[in-house]
Amino acid sequence: MVEIPSGSAGAIPSAEVEDVELYHPKSWWTKYVFSQDAKIIAVQYSVTAISIGLVALVLSWLMRLQLAFPGYFAFIDADHYYQFITMHGMIMVIYLLTALFLGGFGNYLIPLMVGARDMVFPYANMLSYWIYLLAVLILAAGFFAPGGPTGAGWTLYPPQAVLSGTPGGKDWGILLMLTSLIVFIIGFTMGGLNYVVTVLQGRARGMTLMRMPLTVWGIFTATVMALLAFPALFVACVMMLFDRLLGTSFFMPAIVEMGEQLQHGGGSPILFQHLFWFFGHPEVYIVALPAFGIVSDLISTHARKNIFGYRMMVWAIVIIGALSFIVWAHHMYVSGMNPAFGFFFATTTLIIAIPTAIKVYNWVLTLWRGDIHLTLPMLFALAFIVTFVNGGLTGLFLGNVVVDVPLSDTMFVVAHFHMVMGVAPILVIFGAIYHWYPKVTGRMLNETLGQIHFWTTFLGTYAIFFPMHYLGLLGVPRRYFEMGETAFVPPSAHTLNIFITVMALIVGAAQMVFLFNLVWSLFRGREAGGNPWRATTLEWQTPQTPPAHGNWGKELPVVYRWAYDYSVPGAAEDFIPQTVPASGGVTREVPA
Amino acid sequence: MAVVLILVMIVVGSVLFHVLSPWWWTPIASNWNYIDSTLVITFWITGIVFVAVVSFMAYCVFRFRHRPGNRAAYEPENRRLEVLLAGGTAVGVAAMLAPGLVVWNQFITVPDDAVPVEVVSQQWLWSFRLPGADGKLGRAETRDVSPDNPLGLNKNDASGLDDVIIEGGELHLPIGKPVRILLRSVDVLHDFYVPEFRAKMDMIPGMITYFWFTPTRTGSFEILCAELCGIGHAQMRGTVVVDEAADYQTWLGQQQTFTQLMASSGEPPPAN
Repeated sequence: MVEIPSGSAGAIPSAEVEDVELYHPKSWWTKYVFSQDAKIIAVQYSVTAISIGLVALVLSWLMRLQLAFPGYFAFIDADHYYQFITMHGMIMVIYLLTALFLGGFGNYLIPLMVGARDMVFPYANMLSYWIYLLAVLILAAGFFAPGGPTGAGWTLYPPQAVLSGTPGGKDWGILLMLTSLIVFIIGFTMGGLNYVVTVLQGRARGMTLMRMPLTVWGIFTATVMALLAFPALFVACVMMLFDRLLGTSFFMPAIVEMGEQLQHGGGSPILFQHLFWFFGHPEVYIVALPAFGIVSDLISTHARKNIFGYRMMVWAIVIIGALSFIVWAHHMYVSGMNPAFGFFFATTTLIIAIPTAIKVYNWVLTLWRGDIHLTLPMLFALAFIVTFVNGGLTGLFLGNVVVDVPLSDTMFVVAHFHMVMGVAPILVIFGAIYHWYPKVTGRMLNETLGQIHFWTTFLGTYAIFFPMHYLGLLGVPRRYFEMGETAFVPPSAHTLNIFITVMALIVGAAQMVFLFNLVWSLFRGREAGGNPWRATTLEWQTPQTPPAHGNWGKELPVVYRWAYDYSVPGAAEDFIPQTVPASGGVTREVPA
Repeated sequence: MAVVLILVMIVVGSVLFHVLSPWWWTPIASNWNYIDSTLVITFWITGIVFVAVVSFMAYCVFRFRHRPGNRAAYEPENRRLEVLLAGGTAVGVAAMLAPGLVVWNQFITVPDDAVPVEVVSQQWLWSFRLPGADGKLGRAETRDVSPDNPLGLNKNDASGLDDVIIEGGELHLPIGKPVRILLRSVDVLHDFYVPEFRAKMDMIPGMITYFWFTPTRTGSFEILCAELCGIGHAQMRGTVVVDEAADYQTWLGQQQTFTQLMASSGEPPPAN
């Protein structure tokens, strides 16, 4: 046990835990495959998520080819098109973004950043990954099943999701999708409990909650939200499975399908929408909050300046997390629910803009009077701010109930959510990978390849999604297999569609450069050393890089200061790691 | 420096694109120009914020980029600035929300003199029903839908017998008269969307949803389905024609009532 230094050093003891005896792997299998080490599990999660994400990337190419050149590619018919958009959306939101932020970054960073040896329940943590892999395999099985995957749209709205007018509705597609989601949620719950309990109970001495890096705050809050939100999706999936397999009518009213009366009655399709969005809106922030946290740390480290307004940043994360549970029906303004709901949900939705705006201000104010190093992580962070501000502001259109009426279900919505919860979080993921890859592998990613990847991705995605808003404003609906001849759509709109598709192909190709860089640098990258960015947080202070099993060698670290002591006046270096005992009066959690 | 330049170009480019882009909303044909005004207010407020934030960021990157010997300032918090910014944001949000809610209240408050017009959707066809001389629509149920009663009218409800039924054809509306659009689906979700009217609403089997508007411009407008409804979603089109009053009456006189429809399909007349 490490003694807590007393006196002015003032490390406040937090949740105290005995140093634990870890499970020690006995064979290659238990070390690298059925591993209980959060760092290995993190890499497994990340590789799986990126692999299935590549499938989603290819699907996006195919749907863009159809939109730009309708009828030109014979193998893309309406069935396939709707299957592509459905699988693209679901994979990106759940199986890539959620899994990568929480399962990938959460597993790697939480124990290292709070000074734990591992997650508190390593065995459940291992199970979490394998169940996630099973969910991915069930999902992917849809591509090979009779009738193909479901084409119900990622929102899976009944009744069409389980009827024959939708691809996979009466075949395997929808069954596999619902089963995969149920399995995913089971796996996630095992991992999620781990992340929460580790943050609450596994912190090193001195690591008070208000000394935690914002990355941990973001992932922690997102995980709490996910544990509360996913059950709504879980029951919705179970009920829809019952409707489809057992003939129940949870979501099924009386229906005449293609002239034939079905044996359903009394159910409510709109009930599904409430359950789906009760999960679905928090889900947006489940993806966004880890990104908020991580980008705060990237900006602070690479601008060599403390994050501006740390306490406000923490509270903003917590408030956004809480508010996100009472805004769900802003996805349903034109769903036919009682229109009086519009007043309430528009108000809550626009209120959430205030803590979100505070976060943006604090990021740019961190740059103010900083010492900005334009490293790859910093470039991605800057790109994130531009993209997120753009996507966040268009959210004010869609959240303001009456403005949403003409824009709902158009390409404006598609452009908005890709900016705000597609591209913006992914830019953070890239920045985070360039930032932490040296810790994970001991080597730096190649800078030149990184620059190519950055500029193509940032400018390319902006060129795709910024003009797309204007197609929506024009009135082009989303989820249209082909626009056909429509009087109010001028031919120039089609030219724009071709431009967007070309940009999408280019951006997709740039991701191949990134993948090549990941593999190439593993063997040829420059040696990184333990702390290449001269960062303050605990994960950069490990005795070995990459960190060994148990993370900290013989003794757990002790934390003496907050995570943002950059450029402290009078200090010799422009950073003071959290493990350096206080001197010169820098002892408080957040220095005044 | 390239970074600063590109950030500035993004600001300038986005504003220019907005001003010069040929893609803007279609000319309005309903009373909902309030919606357009709220949208324009939102564009102004959000546009200013976007330009301000990204320009400030570009300035920071230019002014505080790393040069040998530089050192960042140390300023963990600035309570006054933080409160000021939060307050300013709240004002901006209120400036968008307040007119939005006022217009929403108008949107959901149907005027008493609005004439009911029913739109019935199925995969992948639009049908319509207008009240007959009695000014009332008869009861209808999905359970009553059959090949010779495609909209599922209740044959025992006398107020439905004179209803005008338009299966898969064009809907005509008289100019300047408010209409209450009642939406009904017999199979899956659909959404009645005419870009020129600005309004849209989902149609849900088992429920009747609604919205209202007043047509303000004659012409022929395309109806699109705006809620994914299966593989025929993009082909689910219809036409609504806004007529002068006289033209409307002429058209109305040519349509079939429910009684005529049943007679032509050889149904026995209703019991009462």
